[in-house]
Amino acid sequence: MPDAIPVSAGIGLRHPHDQLLLSEPGDAPLRTPWVEVHSENFLCDGGPRLAQLAAIRRRYPVSCHGVGLSLGSAEGLDPEHLKRLRHLFTWVRPGLVSEHLSWSVTQGVYLNDLLPLPYTEDCARVLCRNISHAQDALGRQILVENPSRYLNFTDSPMTEAAFLTLLVQRTGCGLLLDVNNVYVSTVNTGGDAEDFIRSLPADAVGEIHLAGHSVVGEGDDRVLIDTHSTRVCPEVWALYRTAIAHLGPRPTLIEWDSDLPELAVLLDEARTAALVMKDAA
Amino acid sequence: MLDVLQRAFHDAVLGGDDKALAGLTAAPRGDIAARIAVYRNTVQGSLVGVLAAAFPVTQRIVGPAFFADLAQRFVVAAPPHAPQLSAYGADFPAFVAHEHDNHGLAYLADVARVEWARAESYFAADAPALDPAALSAIAPPALDGTVLMLHPATRLVCSAYAVYRIWQVNQPSIKDVPAVDLAWPQSVLLSRSDGRVALRLLSAGDAAFITAIQSGVALGAAAAQAYDTEPAFDLEAGLRDHLIGATFRA
Repeated sequence: MPDAIPVSAGIGLRHPHDQLLLSEPGDAPLRTPWVEVHSENFLCDGGPRLAQLAAIRRRYPVSCHGVGLSLGSAEGLDPEHLKRLRHLFTWVRPGLVSEHLSWSVTQGVYLNDLLPLPYTEDCARVLCRNISHAQDALGRQILVENPSRYLNFTDSPMTEAAFLTLLVQRTGCGLLLDVNNVYVSTVNTGGDAEDFIRSLPADAVGEIHLAGHSVVGEGDDRVLIDTHSTRVCPEVWALYRTAIAHLGPRPTLIEWDSDLPELAVLLDEARTAALVMKDAA
Repeated sequence: MLDVLQRAFHDAVLGGDDKALAGLTAAPRGDIAARIAVYRNTVQGSLVGVLAAAFPVTQRIVGPAFFADLAQRFVVAAPPHAPQLSAYGADFPAFVAHEHDNHGLAYLADVARVEWARAESYFAADAPALDPAALSAIAPPALDGTVLMLHPATRLVCSAYAVYRIWQVNQPSIKDVPAVDLAWPQSVLLSRSDGRVALRLLSAGDAAFITAIQSGVALGAAAAQAYDTEPAFDLEAGLRDHLIGATFRA
């Protein structure tokens, strides 16, 4: 199976579905043009999880999406973690490798979340140093994804789009546009979602994510939580159309992590994304 | 500076102290404490979930609420140091032992040890298992001096409690858990073959045999240690089961 991720709509690979994706004869048409995995789920030494990924890789192009590199850590990246990622990429040969504009590690402690960053010059220096370190160690470009945010910083003079553009210019990294995160962040913390999308450097965007979120609280306490637990909402589909009109078609991924439905629902969402790209062509 | 902000986040999401972070952040509407709580809930809740997935029998024994409280205290006391969460939880059985030695749940830590051994076995390195033909090809005089190696996915847990029985009766398929005589020493062998981790109850002699093999003792001397522990130990039957179960590596 070739390495490159096609410009089409794929799905996030989740455990109950992997067997279904492998259950058809080798010459049957693929159920999805490509899949994406969370890199950190496959850093173990051996066992059935790696064997299953190897079997998937023989049939499908695979993108590796990281959640633990902590590109925004003031203390720099963990060289051991980079070494494990490089080993994984050696045999998976992912078509795309991505991470987040966020951080998880401080004082050596891994806080299992994608925590937000202020958009300051000080923070940009840390990000650029870490992104360059990662790209050098992995020997390839990485895509950096806009996060879902729940609060603002008192000192954050740059917009998120300007900050991401700066990272692209200084490190040569690419961008992963998560349309649901744009929506969640702007509802939670202010800003204009369409503006954000239109201000991104189009050439740098190598992939798009789509997912569902949950709503908690009411009135002033209403917060959108990026749970990846439902279908993509109508507002996010509208923003996706804006994104495709601005960027052109891009490899697009349906992410679903909790309250996982049957595979057919994910494939149905991916079909909707494929139709949006076809309509825009 | 960024490191100050990140320490403030750490104190808020693990230590429950919002003060420093609240001074650096703002919510466009509503209460900043509620926004910080979103991050705290995700960090702690996701790690409690990781432990619940690795220790399902421990959770079933004490119930979800008790387990969540125990796991949450562990997360705060011993958060992970690497994003590879399949390795998070190694210290949880010791934490359970420390918390519950004096609470009539002394067996619980050993149940957690069995579950952690199971997780380790599942994620351990791949290696070919010892081929029975390779062993039978060794002439009997040389057999005593042969040093066998445990497969990377093999684990042994010895307990003063009936941990195998407790594990067995707390599987999801069992609705009505029968009474178990807890004070019954049991040793559990975990090994992986065809991608599945199997648990097996070992006799006291067999456990002594595997313990000896694990520390590099040759076959003859390991068997002698097994006979010392259990005069009725059956080496041939024991070896046969170990070869079928992929206890040893090639």
